[in-house]
This record gives sequence, structure tokens and C-alpha cells, in this order.
Amino acid sequence: MNIVVCVKQVPDTASERNLKTDDKTLDREAADGLMNELDEYAVEEALQIKEAQGGEVTVLTMGPDKAAETIRKALSMGADKAVHLVDDALHGSDALQTSAALAQALRKIGFDLVILGSESTDARTGVLAAMLAERLGVPQLSLAGKVEIDGGNVRVERQTDYGHDKVEGSLPAVVSVVEKINEPRYPSFKGIMAAKKKPVEKLAVGDIELDAAAVGLGNAPTQVVEFAAAPPRAAGTIVTDEGEGGAQAADFLASKKFV
Amino acid sequence: MSTAKRVPAPDRNDFMDVDGLLNDEQRQIRDTVRAFATAELLPHVADWFEAGTIPDAPGLAKGMGALGIFGMHLDGYGCAGTDNVSYGLACREMEAVDSGLRSFLSVQGSLAMAGIHKFGSEEQKNEWLPRMAAGDAIGCFGLTEPDSGSDPGSMRTRARRDGADWVLDGTKMWITNGNVAQVAIVWAATEEGIRGFLVPTDTPGFQANVVHKKISLRASITSELVLDGVRLPANAQLPLAEGLKAPLSCLNEARYGIVWGVVGAARACYEAAVDYAGSRVQFDKPIAGFQLTQRKIADMLVDVNQAGLTAWRIGTLKDADRAHHNHVSFGKFANVQAAQRVARASRSIHGANGITLEYPVMRHMVNLETVATYEGTEEIHALSLGQAVTGVSAFR
Repeated sequence: MNIVVCVKQVPDTASERNLKTDDKTLDREAADGLMNELDEYAVEEALQIKEAQGGEVTVLTMGPDKAAETIRKALSMGADKAVHLVDDALHGSDALQTSAALAQALRKIGFDLVILGSESTDARTGVLAAMLAERLGVPQLSLAGKVEIDGGNVRVERQTDYGHDKVEGSLPAVVSVVEKINEPRYPSFKGIMAAKKKPVEKLAVGDIELDAAAVGLGNAPTQVVEFAAAPPRAAGTIVTDEGEGGAQAADFLASKKFV
Repeated sequence: MSTAKRVPAPDRNDFMDVDGLLNDEQRQIRDTVRAFATAELLPHVADWFEAGTIPDAPGLAKGMGALGIFGMHLDGYGCAGTDNVSYGLACREMEAVDSGLRSFLSVQGSLAMAGIHKFGSEEQKNEWLPRMAAGDAIGCFGLTEPDSGSDPGSMRTRARRDGADWVLDGTKMWITNGNVAQVAIVWAATEEGIRGFLVPTDTPGFQANVVHKKISLRASITSELVLDGVRLPANAQLPLAEGLKAPLSCLNEARYGIVWGVVGAARACYEAAVDYAGSRVQFDKPIAGFQLTQRKIADMLVDVNQAGLTAWRIGTLKDADRAHHNHVSFGKFANVQAAQRVARASRSIHGANGITLEYPVMRHMVNLETVATYEGTEEIHALSLGQAVTGVSAFR
């Protein structure tokens, strides 16, 4: 089983995150970079499938040099090798362009199964898995809370508002996972030591048969036109408990679909 | 002409950018231990402290073992083989949660495992080290006795030959993890001098008793070991350990971890104090705005960062095989006192809240009383340093 996990380095959600005023892209220098949290579940799932079925786990990321930190984390957790798509021409690429670049890289790497987190905590488009599956012409099984491999098929429990759907598709396929799927392992120190020696292949736009004029901020089909700071939070509603407090709290939670 | 570059303001939690001195691997190990300790240990440690024990020591050992933290700086036998700075960082991040938890890994990795690694036979290493690295077996280290502390040469525990066997009699005191260990490294006087023995804790005549009524290092299991005619085969002796310098070299390893560990405890107290001073309002303003509080915070800031730099420097010397045991004495002497000052100042900034387990500061403060004593008291390290620079011994 040849599994590729797509991971992304994102700014730490605990730090202050800003867009740059000049080109309206994320200021990646100002914040500490971390592996997108949902991608940790994707890496863990890939490792569990490999441990059960055998095979190889390749990490794929697209991002600046700094994204090598996120590759190293995935390798420390136990992935076997990595491909780092890094090219100044890719800066500012939108989801359509990113999916085109990653699809080309995936064609070059080859795969039976591609696993991704269901969205990134920075851009939060949540469309990459669908775009990749479409571009690669393979089934997409999204929002998986459980993944099973059975011969040439993959079965997932797809999380929904009402519970889950059982969905099945043939391999090769693209699967996106949600955080309830597993408990990501901590990198072990042996893993951290071993990660240094694992192969990381760097690819530029020219290496994946992609036209540099098709990617990057200047060529992006979608543009950030304007951005504004989030307004301060409105004051909450204070409910005085006159014996109905519990019911009112339950109604509030139900209205927000928390219960 | 160079253009003036805006210099970013110092990070209040790493003011002197000590961690800017780390390489990628060291930073990753720091992050991993910090994440593990914060998620898995911090939520429970106040309860363990109050209960005066670690309720599931084998489970804790397995969790730490899965990370690879036990004997992480040793080579082979299932150990990760990191550098010494990485080991120090692991101690620092663990002790930021609690000194008792750092003691747990110090005793396993630096005393028991390092002792076997350094002085054991190939057979002994293969039998114990991989299981101890994985956390499947726990080790303890018996040197100190009820009447033999700073002067370990005065120990009364005896090992005598009986045919090919050894028979051990005596009592060891203040032994971390004694009651949960599968193996004890026991040091005993023989006719040839002091020797070390690997004692499986299920050997007849071996008994461990929990030390109760501690008011420091409560999230830790402390034991008395009683050896009453403990009969061991000849191959239980550590073949390469000859004389008192063998156990003392183990202590030097553990003490190195303390040099780093107390920086974590100090940092936790400092961060708690800054947070508390910013949110506690008296006389219509946060107490952070009072000059007396700011002086305390400035003093704490200096202590935390100087201790951190000292630890890093000793770590890099150790990685270059240039750390003398007096360097380590310097670090323990300086950093434990710094951490104690920080903990006490933080306790005072927290006012009455500071005495509860709702805040970490008094827990750290009383833990540091133990840390100041074990692995060489402040007084003994002062004497070592005094002897090192004057050439005159004040204690022998």
C-alpha cells in the first residue's frame, strides 16, 4: 500500500495571525509554523494503515523552505519519506492552483491512497480533497471518522450532522479525515533522530510538468480583494435564572446545534 | 549605509532567546516533551501531589517510555541516542510541570540506566536496558542510607561473599521509585571497597517501604529499601564499578538533569506570576502596576534567563566532552538557588492564592526544597566549588 499524506504548515492558532498589507497573503514569518492540526490525524491514520497492511507512507507538502519543519514532524512520527514542493513561483497560489500543483506531484510520486486533513486552520477552504480527486480522476471519500482498507476497496464512515454514512470506493482514492478518527501519536525521540536520515525530495514547478505561469499570486483565478480586522465580539446574552435557567441553556445549545 | 532594521521585542517567556541557541532536533524534542507533559501530566499533577503518590507509576513509565525519554542520551540497547542538550531540555520541560515527574525520569535514565550502561556487563545491559528504555521495567538507585547522606563512604550496607554468591544486608533511604521498581541498583561495601549490584526487587529478603508524611516532592514515590540477607548470584555484580567514584559518577549525570530541570520549575513560577500580576486587581489597578511587584518580576526574569543560559552552556560543554563535574556543581548550586528565589517571589505575588494547589507555585516552591538537598546539598556543592578554585579542601 503506497500511501501519500498531504500536510500543510500553518501559523500557530494560538499566535496572532495577520495578512500582509502589500500582497494580501498570509504573513508566515510573523508567526510560529506548526503542522495543521487536522493533518496530524491524517498522518496517524496513514501510519496505522501501514502498520496493519504494510507499505510505505510518503509525506507531501507545498510551501516555503520553513515548511521543512512540518515535514520533519511527520517523518518523526514515522512516515518513511517526503516530497517538498517548494518554488517561489508558487507563492500566493489559491486552492485551484494548489490542487493543480499537488495533483501533478501526486502523479509523479504515484499512490494507492491519498489522505488529508479535512481542512487547514489558516485558509479553511476545505476543498482541496475534492479538487485533488477531481483532477486525478479518482474517488473522493471525505470527512472520514473511520477508514478500512479491504483489498482494492476503501470503506469510510463519513461524518454527518445526523451521525455517519458508510461510503465505499475503489482504490486509488483520496480520503479526508476528521479529528475523531484517532489520537495522533507523539513523535518518539528515536523517530526524531531517525527523521534526519530519511529522504526528502525537493521539487520545483519545472519538475512536475507545471507551467509557472499557471500558478502563483499574479495568475490566481481567485483574489483577495480586501480584508478587515474581525470586529470585537459582541457582548453575550445574560439570562437570569428564575428556575428556567437549565432549560434556557439547553435551548440555546440546541439553537446552535451543539446538542 | 545599512538600513536600520526593526529589532523585535524580546519574548517574555524566553527573554534572552535561549532556545534560539537550539538546533532543529533539540527544538523538536523540547516541543514533544512540552506537548506530552502539558496534555498528559499537568492536568493531574496537583491531584497526585495532594494524594502524595503517582497512582499509576507503571502507566506513567510506559507513556514516557513510548516517547523514548528514558536513557534518551545513551547509545544502543533501545535508547534514542540524543545529545545532552536534548536530555536537558526534556528535564526542563518535565520539571516545568513538577520536580517529582522529572525525578521519575532522572532516576530511571540517569541513575539506574546510566549506571547499568556504564558499569554493567553485556548480559546485564541486554537484560535490563531495552525494557527500561521502553518503560516496561522501572529501576531505582540505592546509595543514600538513613545515617549516610553527604558522606556516602560511611555506608553500612555490606555485601559479603558466600561461595560464588553475594549476600547483602543493610538499609537504603530516600530511594525514588523503590516501591514500584523491578530492579534496584544497590551500592554496598565489600572487602575490596564499594561495589554495585543489580537486585531484582522480588529477591527474597528485599523489602521496600513507602516514606510517608513528606511535605515536598509529593507527586513522587519515595522509599526505604531493607536488604535482609539478600542472596545474589555472582553475575549480579556490576563488573566495571569499582569504588565510590562509580556511584558518584551516576549522581553527576542525574545532577546535570537537575541543572536544566529547575529552570523549568522557575519558568513555570515566573510565567504564573506575570499572568497573575496582570489579572489581579487591587486599589483599582492590576498589581503588575505596582513598583514592588515589578521589582520582583524583574528579579525573577533575570534568574530564569541566567539559569537557562547556564544550563545550556553546561550542556554544550557536556556534548563536547568538556563538562567537568565542577561545572555541573556550579550549575546545580546556582540554578537551584535561582529557582528557589523565583518560586518564593512568585508565591508572594500570588498572595493567599499562592498557597493552594490551584496555582503551581507553592507546589514548585516546596518541591525545590528536596531538589536543593538531593544529588548533593547546596553546602556540599559550595565546598566542591570552593575546593575547585582555591585548591584547598574544606571537608576532608
